[in-house]
Formats: sequence, C-alpha cells, structure tokens
Amino acid sequence: MGRIFLAGLAILFVASTASAQERPYFVTYDHYLEEPGALELAFNPLFGSVSGGNDFVAGSIEVEYGASAWWTTELYLDGQHTENESTVFTGFRWENRFRPAEREHAINPILYVEYEDVNGADKVMAAVVGHDVASDFEEPNSETVQEIERELELKLILSSAVKGWNISENLIAVKNLAGEPWEFGYAFGVSRPLALAASPERCSFCRENFVAGLELYGGLGDTEQFGLADTSQYLAPLIAWNLPSAVTLKLSPGWGLNQDSLPFVLRFGFSIEFSNLGSR
Amino acid sequence: MRFAVAAVAFTVFVLSSSSAMARKKPESQIYAQFAHVPDDARARANPLEADPDAALAGRKLYERHCAQCHGATGESGRKGPSLLVPEIQTASPGALFWVITNGNVRAGMPVWSKLPEPQRWQITTYVQSFGEAHTATAPPGPDRAPGR
Repeated sequence: MGRIFLAGLAILFVASTASAQERPYFVTYDHYLEEPGALELAFNPLFGSVSGGNDFVAGSIEVEYGASAWWTTELYLDGQHTENESTVFTGFRWENRFRPAEREHAINPILYVEYEDVNGADKVMAAVVGHDVASDFEEPNSETVQEIERELELKLILSSAVKGWNISENLIAVKNLAGEPWEFGYAFGVSRPLALAASPERCSFCRENFVAGLELYGGLGDTEQFGLADTSQYLAPLIAWNLPSAVTLKLSPGWGLNQDSLPFVLRFGFSIEFSNLGSR
Repeated sequence: MRFAVAAVAFTVFVLSSSSAMARKKPESQIYAQFAHVPDDARARANPLEADPDAALAGRKLYERHCAQCHGATGESGRKGPSLLVPEIQTASPGALFWVITNGNVRAGMPVWSKLPEPQRWQITTYVQSFGEAHTATAPPGPDRAPGR
C-alpha cells in the first residue's frame, strides 16, 4: 500500500491544477463530466442531527477521473462517526457516468451506473431512496456494521442550461443484489452563478466564482410500495465557491420535510482538481 | 481488504487509461467539427464585440479552463490542437462559440456549456484575438461573418 501511495503522490506532483468549476450540488448530478485526463480529489463531510438517537458525522473521500469527454469514473470511500458510539469505515462505491449525446440539447441525458459495497452503518446519504427514514439512523453501529449491502444503483440524469441557470433532474433506481426489491428515489436541483459574465480582474471573490442553488431530494418507495409514504424528503439550499486555485468549497444546510426525515443535515465539500494526468 | 482491492483496481484503471488518453487526436478530425456548425449558429454575432473588457476577461477564463489543453497562447498543448490555424481564426464568432459550447466529445473536447453564455463569448473574443496579426495579412476566410 505504501508504494501505491507514493506512486499516487508522484503522479499528482507532475500533474498541474486545473480549472475549478465543479457541480455545486451534493446529491443531484448535472450533465457535466470531468474534463478528460483530469483527476479530482474531494472530501464531503456531512453532519446529521438525529432526534431519537445520536448525532453523527459521515464523510466520503472521492477520487474522480475524466476517462474521456463522454465517460467519468469515480471511487468513493465512506466512513462515519456516531456520537457516543464509534467510528467506522462503511465501504466503497464505484460510479460511472456516460454521456450518450455528442452535442448539447435542451435536455441532456447522462447514464449513471454505480456498484456499492457498503455496510448498514453507511450514513453518507449520497442518495435517498426507497424507504430510507430517520429511524434507520437510530440503530447502533455495532449492529448495522454487520449488514452487508451490495447494490447496483442506476440513475437517469437529465440536465439543462437555461439563461445561466442549471436545472437538473435525477431519477434513481437501486437494486440490492441480495434479491430485495428495486428502490426508487429522485433528486432535483437548480443553480446559477451570482454573475454570468466574468470580470476582467483576477480575483477570488468575484461574483462569477460563486454559485447559489437549491436541492430537493428524497425516496419514492420500492416496487412493493411505490410513492411518498414512509419516505424521507429534504430541501437544501447551497452555495459553492470556485477558487482560481482549482479548489472548490461548498456548503449546504438541509432540512427534512416530513416526520420520517432527519430534522437537519449540514453538508460541506472540499475538492481540488489536477489536469493532464498521464500526459507527456 | 475489499476497499484496498477497489482502490488498487481503480488506480490501475486510471493510470492505464490516462496514458491512452494522452494521445492527441488527428487535428483534421478536430477541426472538422466546424463543418457541423448549423447556419443559424454560424451567423450569430458576438454580443460582446464592442466590450473592451471582453478580451481581458476572456484571457482570464482561457487560462483557467482552456490553456491546459491548447497551450498558454493557443499554440497547441498536450491534448488540444492549435488555435492559431486559419480554421479557427477565420471562423465566424458564432461558429467558434458553437464549438466551445458543444465541444467535440468524440475527439476529446468536453462541452463547455457549464460556463454561462457571456463567459463563452468572452473566451471567443480572446481566442480570436490570437489571430489578429494573421488575419491582417491574409484575405478573409469564407466562414467569416459579415461585419467582423
């Protein structure tokens, strides 16, 4: 492992930082893929308030790579710490996004395929599906780490650019490979830079570097009980700051919209992007 | 253990595909994208043409988003073709804006519609300023919009 770590450091050393223009969302995906050859490292911690249990901090380390202009692949390593309980590694997720269309359209589709191998203690909330509810977070880590969840997650990402706004809709279907029913969910996001034209000055605090938006996401039940009953729903405003140094910072407080949701979730994001990985 | 296996597999994949990625596509294939620009897009005028700050802002955006592939002054980079060639410099602003917006996905150029429209026009203005010396000595190309 040590050699792999050193090799990784050497690769990042020869790569240069690239443009930071990351999606502002935490849950919703838009139709923009990573630039070819660019590698993004990100850390996305999340604080969750649990009314009937212990609060927690979960997080994922994300490695995203632009394999081509039509294919982006990502690896996530997830973990969490629950107050008065323990800190646990909860598994990994491997995600791939494919762009079938060669050109921009009014609505741009992206196909998303993810394999995840996590345990029941995973609290990253990368997507909310099926009957994921607040009471799931009350179960102790000592029990949930025993539950192995190997799942295939499919998303249809639809996204549009309209007069400076991004409007994205994600339809989510998750299949637990142990034979459980398909679960469904959705995510919807809108965002816009605070200024559409760039200022001529080089600056970190120019309005065009900030993006504000809103996310709405939640579960839609499963094949046995489709709909909003016994699901959790969240509304989360967000702000993203794209620094000229290829770093992006994001913040999003979110609120549960029904009694089956966590009352409050606070997400934070840090990412840095390196370009020309592997180029001579 | 399973996460170590996943991490190693992902690293091997990234390293192998990145070396394949680094191979630049034939430039003729890349410039051919200009033949696909729709007529109405080709005829669009640059709304920031008279804005004295457009090229300055475009330069800032170019250095941030484009120079990694096309080189600091558009001379061609590790992955992207030269922007100093007549195919680019004699293209109409509308055609260049369309190619920036739509990219050339199969040839490795991503779409740039994630930048708001005014920023894409600012980049267009800056990229076309590369060739002012070139167009001053060469006859206008067939693709050049009237009035430009």
